[in-house]
Amino acid sequence: MHPFGLSHAPDVASAIAWHDFDSGLAFIAGGTDLIGLIKDRAALPERLLDINGLSELTQVAPLPEGGIRIGALARMSDVAANPAVRERLPAIAEGLLFAASAQLRNMASIGGNIMQRTRCAYFRDDDDPPCNKRRPGSGCSALRGINRNHAIFGWTESCVATHPSDVAVAFAAMDATVLVRGSSGERSIPFAEFHRLPSNTPERDNVLERGELIIAIEVPARPEGRASHYLKVRDRQSYEFALVSVAAAVAMDGARIRSARLALGGVAHKPWRLPATERALAGIALNDTNKLRAVIALSFADARALTHNAFKVELAQRVVLRALQTAGERA
Amino acid sequence: MAVNGRDCTMMVEPRTTLLDALRGMLLLTGTKKGCNRGECGACTVHVDGRRVLSCMCLAAMQEGKRITTIEGLEQDGKLHPIQAAFIEHDAFQCGFCTSGQIMSAVAMIEEAEAGWPSAATQDVAKPFTRGDLSPQEIRERMSGNLCRCACYPHIVDAVEAVARS
Repeated sequence: MHPFGLSHAPDVASAIAWHDFDSGLAFIAGGTDLIGLIKDRAALPERLLDINGLSELTQVAPLPEGGIRIGALARMSDVAANPAVRERLPAIAEGLLFAASAQLRNMASIGGNIMQRTRCAYFRDDDDPPCNKRRPGSGCSALRGINRNHAIFGWTESCVATHPSDVAVAFAAMDATVLVRGSSGERSIPFAEFHRLPSNTPERDNVLERGELIIAIEVPARPEGRASHYLKVRDRQSYEFALVSVAAAVAMDGARIRSARLALGGVAHKPWRLPATERALAGIALNDTNKLRAVIALSFADARALTHNAFKVELAQRVVLRALQTAGERA
Repeated sequence: MAVNGRDCTMMVEPRTTLLDALRGMLLLTGTKKGCNRGECGACTVHVDGRRVLSCMCLAAMQEGKRITTIEGLEQDGKLHPIQAAFIEHDAFQCGFCTSGQIMSAVAMIEEAEAGWPSAATQDVAKPFTRGDLSPQEIRERMSGNLCRCACYPHIVDAVEAVARS
């Protein structure tokens, strides 16, 4: 690793002020992504600010109306083991448990999880191939390279990477809110607007500005929350990033779907909601597989496969169907 | 920090990992450096009782923490039950991943006892108990520790024997 400085944040206000002032400073919490990025020379911060002492950011608290507030420094394993999360929002507990390994989940924070950078092998390659995230303006090696793991939605010629987080997919499906504090105060960012599409500035993964710190993620109560499921398909059964994953949440009216929430992972630069399908699902019987298939297909009209990932277009639709039916059975 | 019950003071560069500090400065070479990228689990140690990957921790961020390595498991000359079970069940060949496997297994059983679910748990909303540690659960919960000799069946046997005792 390159040499860097390290200091410890005494309080939230100082952490924000120092980050705002110092363009060479990066926050470090669990470090499970940042240390890897530094080792791969995909991040070269001059100074790290350890924010693990900010104990007010570690709480996981049920909200009175049925939602949950998750402090940015809560560890993945603590959130996944939390009884309120498991009972109220199983897709979020599952999204966490299907990610990484037990050791990494003990280390990694929730704020850091949604900040993690793509696993695109060209981005992580310390031989420094062209990559617009690694070196803006240098080009995209994956566009005509090995792109089996890459996007089928929302990509541009400048970047075809996907976002690697699992739990972010569940947060997106539940329309969570990211609470962020900066030097001019606090703002709430709807989860769907937190991560960006690559456009022609793929070096920016999300809408955070310098001097902003994630404080918490709030997941509001939803009629679909309890009957939710996270399904992840990958090259090995455990300890692997998703090829395709889906968070599905359903409210039922007897045997028929009243309302549904769907978000896909592994297919885009951000968690990918399926609004056309979600709207069309109301009133369909959960066991009417043919009708469900047709409605799921509505969201794939604009899918654009790359050289090696056409399989994802079919796979994703099947994964959505299965997750939807599993979630519905939990209602 | 306290390493295996002994207070240690050291001066490190910020970029020194906990793994390199343990091996290079405290000469506790039982903890192994495998991938050095958080992918193999060979460097697993306990920090404040939790299993973590020491290759992805900075030593300078562990001030005041309680660290346990494989050297600290034995008590009064007696092997930890997981260590004894690994010998009993022939749960290793080359041995390079073994320290990490054992450190991981010790913490894994405590996590199950605390009621933590896993990706192999059918219904995460239900409370989990140590008695629910099936071979499938053990495999999932130990998936962060790779064994390139592929001793997995014997590792699962060893862990299951202790989990059920």
